[in-house]
Amino acid sequence: MDSRFRGNDGMDSRFRGNDGNMITRRQFIKAGIVGGAALTAAGLFYSRGLKEAPGSAVPPGLTSAGRTIIAAIVPAVLAGPLPASGEARSRAIAQTVDGVAVAVAGLSAAAQKELAELFVLLDIAPARALLGLWPGWEAAPAAEVAAFLQGWRESRLELLRSAYAALHDLVLGAWYGNPDNWPAIGYPGPAEILR
Amino acid sequence: MTRDPFVEGLKSGWQVVDASALTADRTLEADVAIVGSGAGGGIAAEILTKAGLKVVIVEEGPLKTSADFRMREADAYPQLYQESAARKTKDKAINVLQGRSVGGSTTVNWTSCFRTPATTLAHWQREFGLKDLTVEAMAPWFDAVDRRLSIRYWDLSPNENNNLLRQAAWKLGVSVAPIRRNVKGCWNLGYCGMGCPTDAKQSMLVTTLPAALAAGATLVHHLRAERLVMAGDRIEALDSVAMEAAGIRPLPWRVRIRAKHFVLAAGAIGTPALLLRSGAPDPARLLGRRTFLHPTTVSAALMDHEVRGYAGAPQTIYSDHYLENVAVDGPIGYKLEVPPMHPVLFSTTLQGFGEAHTQLMREFATSHAMLALLRDGFHPQSPGGTVQLRDDGTPLLDYPITDFVWEGVRRSWLAMAELQFAAGAKRVYVVHEQCAGYASWAEAKAGIEKLPLKNQLARIVSAHVMGGCGMAADGKQGVTDPWGRYRGLGNLSVCDGSLFPTSIGANPQLSVYGLAARNASRLAEELTKQPAPALA
Repeated sequence: MDSRFRGNDGMDSRFRGNDGNMITRRQFIKAGIVGGAALTAAGLFYSRGLKEAPGSAVPPGLTSAGRTIIAAIVPAVLAGPLPASGEARSRAIAQTVDGVAVAVAGLSAAAQKELAELFVLLDIAPARALLGLWPGWEAAPAAEVAAFLQGWRESRLELLRSAYAALHDLVLGAWYGNPDNWPAIGYPGPAEILR
Repeated sequence: MTRDPFVEGLKSGWQVVDASALTADRTLEADVAIVGSGAGGGIAAEILTKAGLKVVIVEEGPLKTSADFRMREADAYPQLYQESAARKTKDKAINVLQGRSVGGSTTVNWTSCFRTPATTLAHWQREFGLKDLTVEAMAPWFDAVDRRLSIRYWDLSPNENNNLLRQAAWKLGVSVAPIRRNVKGCWNLGYCGMGCPTDAKQSMLVTTLPAALAAGATLVHHLRAERLVMAGDRIEALDSVAMEAAGIRPLPWRVRIRAKHFVLAAGAIGTPALLLRSGAPDPARLLGRRTFLHPTTVSAALMDHEVRGYAGAPQTIYSDHYLENVAVDGPIGYKLEVPPMHPVLFSTTLQGFGEAHTQLMREFATSHAMLALLRDGFHPQSPGGTVQLRDDGTPLLDYPITDFVWEGVRRSWLAMAELQFAAGAKRVYVVHEQCAGYASWAEAKAGIEKLPLKNQLARIVSAHVMGGCGMAADGKQGVTDPWGRYRGLGNLSVCDGSLFPTSIGANPQLSVYGLAARNASRLAEELTKQPAPALA
């Protein structure tokens, strides 16, 4: 993975700035501004949809589009602990997506609606094109997804920064809530209490 | 082997209703209806029931007891916290940890007990006319709560996470002291935040609620209090709606509770929200305003030895040095403590993602973390937040972080980094998206000065929600009087942290207990014309 996409370290080098990084940064800012407008529009669209169909509740957890998006984000957020390839990798990604779905289903109805809006935006083709995630999430390389996340993380728009924070918390929470992933960080897990 | 006294009580015939299992509307009658089963509701329930009153306690969250507490974050956060521990302020700048099962936040808090600080009470006397709330007048109530909840100094060694705060403070000549805890026979496991699996924590779940239920109170859980039905200056009934088992969405079944008196203890977001939904009188436009959070900053440090911050009593050492070195109404002060460190809480709080984040997590067992709780509400530029209602009637706290608060955020990062380096940290990471870690105090000092003070870049959290129905001697300053009675409604009391006219400047559970004991005892005397029963 390109070093500038490595979370904290990458960001510092971007703030120091060199030509390549500055271009990347401008692209992110541009994507950020348009992305912000699109996110708001997606929200309005979604709210209107709800009003047109009263009583149609937002389904719990993740839609299939939401699952695809989270599955693409997992390798970027979890670069490092995720198994490098093969069956172990696919299984770990699927487990994490399941964990995110459970977490989303436990959020308030209002928070679930906001996340649904976010996934609607991330799923539509123009937004994917703007973010450089073309043609689709399934094919997006982890480095591109990491660049998108980094752009939102650093965005001048509060809305995009908070969307980044939501994705950050959901994916990391699902991963580190899973006992399979505790040995790698030296966490022994809770003691057994006999009943 | 451990036993679960709540499960045993249920078998002995306690009146506990799971509203998620209702198949029709219901009506209940009581002398007193209490909304909320946390610190305020629990204390009020025991006192009012023992006074001989017929009490119904309403709880929106589920009933989960020690047999359910498996010390796993993935179970605990969705079951025991408001919005799966992901409740956010309106601009999403602050993540709020708040309990929402039977026992409220007392089921999941970290057991830290502080009496309301003298400086806070003095400020309330001076600014809000609360002349009777002196250290001396409150002492007997705190003494009674201490006995009831076994509040005492922790007599085992602090865990290494707490010890490092003490070592650092000693090195820098910063005052530091032990924390009292409400525990009995504590196993020193470190999982207080996921519900105590051994019932050692003297939360409402194992103390006042069992006492009230054994004395004949009724508890209805999975029931959302929607609206108070008013007739003139009195409340006739509480309209509430059953919640599905998962607790997110309402069911079609409604429960109407008629009572002579109503006690609101739904917490400092829930109580103002219920009053707003009900259209309660609010001539001075104060309801839901001045809601405080102790906005909390976090600093992580990499040590050269194992810290294992997940093991052992989570909070046993604190410092008030940075509260005491500023005037109470001067620049914002902050209390220093440490958090329990578990993988979900730690990983989601830490900045960044990908390889950089993974590096930090690999050092999980050798990491130290410190918290600074900012004392909001004592200065004109710290007016707190406002509870609002979403379209669906659920509450939303609008809490803009003012420049006055941000200035304290930066100062708190500096203090924590200096302390962590004094304790031997190899690297310090204040929790900000643009902090990639500092290798020395000098580097941290220079770096922290440059961090932009912006929402989401700085991670701010809160575990203490206070205010919104503030007490005051004058109706122009508070919707409740100095005894917690709601102005303009004859039979309504507020009995939780929403009564506080400012933040507390310390973990608030004991302040809620003490004030609830005082006010509920007075209410019991008014309703029964008899002396109130002793709490302990």
